[in-house]
Amino acid sequence: MEAAMGLMRRIHPKQSETALSALINLLPHHSSDLLSQVDQALQVLCDVDCGKEFILCEYNRDADSYRSPWSNKYHPPLEDALYPSLELRKLEIEANEVFAVYRDQYYEGGISSVYLWEDDDNEGFVACFLIKKDGSKTGHGRRGYLQEGAWEAIHVIQVGPEEEGTAHYCLTSTIMLSLTTNDESSGTFSLSGSIRRQMNMDLAIADGHLCNMGRMIEEMEGKLRNSLDQVYFGKTKEMVCTLRPPAEVVMRLPNS
Amino acid sequence: MAEEEYYDSELSDKQKKEIAKWFLLNSPAGEIQYIAKDLKSVLNDERVYNEAAQEAFPLYNKSHLISLELPDRSGDVLITPYNELDKNEYLDPRDAQVATVNHVKQVCTEARPAVDEELPSPYIEEYRYALDAEMLKYVGEAYPKGVCSVYCVNGKDVEGPGSNFELVVVISAVKQSPKNFCNGSWRSVWNIEFKDEVQVLVIRGKIQVGAHYFEEGNVQLDAKNECKVETKFQAPEESAHSIANIIRHHEAEYLASLEASYSNLPDTTFKDLRRKLPVTRTLFPWHNTSQFSLTRDIQKELGIGK
Repeated sequence: MEAAMGLMRRIHPKQSETALSALINLLPHHSSDLLSQVDQALQVLCDVDCGKEFILCEYNRDADSYRSPWSNKYHPPLEDALYPSLELRKLEIEANEVFAVYRDQYYEGGISSVYLWEDDDNEGFVACFLIKKDGSKTGHGRRGYLQEGAWEAIHVIQVGPEEEGTAHYCLTSTIMLSLTTNDESSGTFSLSGSIRRQMNMDLAIADGHLCNMGRMIEEMEGKLRNSLDQVYFGKTKEMVCTLRPPAEVVMRLPNS
Repeated sequence: MAEEEYYDSELSDKQKKEIAKWFLLNSPAGEIQYIAKDLKSVLNDERVYNEAAQEAFPLYNKSHLISLELPDRSGDVLITPYNELDKNEYLDPRDAQVATVNHVKQVCTEARPAVDEELPSPYIEEYRYALDAEMLKYVGEAYPKGVCSVYCVNGKDVEGPGSNFELVVVISAVKQSPKNFCNGSWRSVWNIEFKDEVQVLVIRGKIQVGAHYFEEGNVQLDAKNECKVETKFQAPEESAHSIANIIRHHEAEYLASLEASYSNLPDTTFKDLRRKLPVTRTLFPWHNTSQFSLTRDIQKELGIGK
């Protein structure tokens, strides 16, 4: 299992799906471990009731059906399926509405879905916030710079039971992204990758769970975006400049 | 569900070998030995692994243009498709040597002097030698750890003017710093067709740059660029000089365009995935979200909006 995760850490992010299915084939008895530890590309279905798209993940799956956060119905229909309690469903509806506005303000497009369910182990609940955005010029890329561009965010928050007016929130976030630009003079330039981080907080629930979860996600997304931009992309740039340092002065002398 | 199927279908050795080869061939630059180590323990089958390694390593070594130190430490030999004499034998035209390599261990085990048939004719060698000298100078200046070589890939036995021939310049630079979780490679291949009848040199360049940063994550850069330039067919020294100038100029420009791609990231390209701040330019008002549901209710009642 450790070696399998070692391979996943090195193999190209764009090939992680192929690598995952290869590993599942080689290690069938570890398939559920692999599926839970390796984040996969998010798939989307269209809710037949309202025509809106929703994101599929392990958290809205029952058997081979997926529950839409909009109509609360399983696609394809499923008898005796699992549903969140009425109270949680109420919060889920609100979370989906608010998160859609959040998503629009930061992403200017894309799809989002929020799923909630009871956490039997610790009397709290778990929430999963998902965002999928196609930023290419044929997708939702406002500026039209990207030949190909995908951003997927998976935020899973475990919310503990209320204790003296506060609750413990444990957020695990994964971002997977890829972007490619292509033009005749500079060729193709492509960056892709994934990172995962965790954040723990004890917060007063007076502001409401949604407000607390939302703030954590916003802070985390900001941090992850920043470290991808500054640290991860920055390190690859540093590497390029180590391989062939830019020697502007020497290069420009012959022309002057 | 699908999981049960995995239990039912035991993979054949052939399928296992194909999977193993896929992992090896798709190793990032400089990381095949790490992939091999993990793969061995995942496969848990020495024979299948060895078969896969025998097939995959030579392909990987050639496509990554790896360089291996000669046994007497006098220099490096590049492993490329252009100087392959036999499965394990690679020509080093600079010192007229042939290196025997162990692909899987990625080492050069011995070297012998090349025989005449393996080397280009004196006429071709003049062009090759002159270009090699220019490239050595350029690569020494531009790449802190670059290795280069010049091979004749077409018409190596041409004895004098009147026939076409083709040289290829290979530049390979690899940097590995596993302690910093960072690896990278720069590979350039420049094909130069010497067209005798029209007295023209057709130069085609292919540059491939990769970088991998994997501390608590996995981020990779892949960049590729191709170009084509023509210039006059001249005497060996003059040709070499103008080819080297073209390569120097183009590679410097390409590096500048890579840097430009990076500096465009924050405000243009990356912004199309996710903005740094919301369109409102202030943090999201989580404390006041009831207004969203409220406006929606009003819109619904008034029959406006969606």
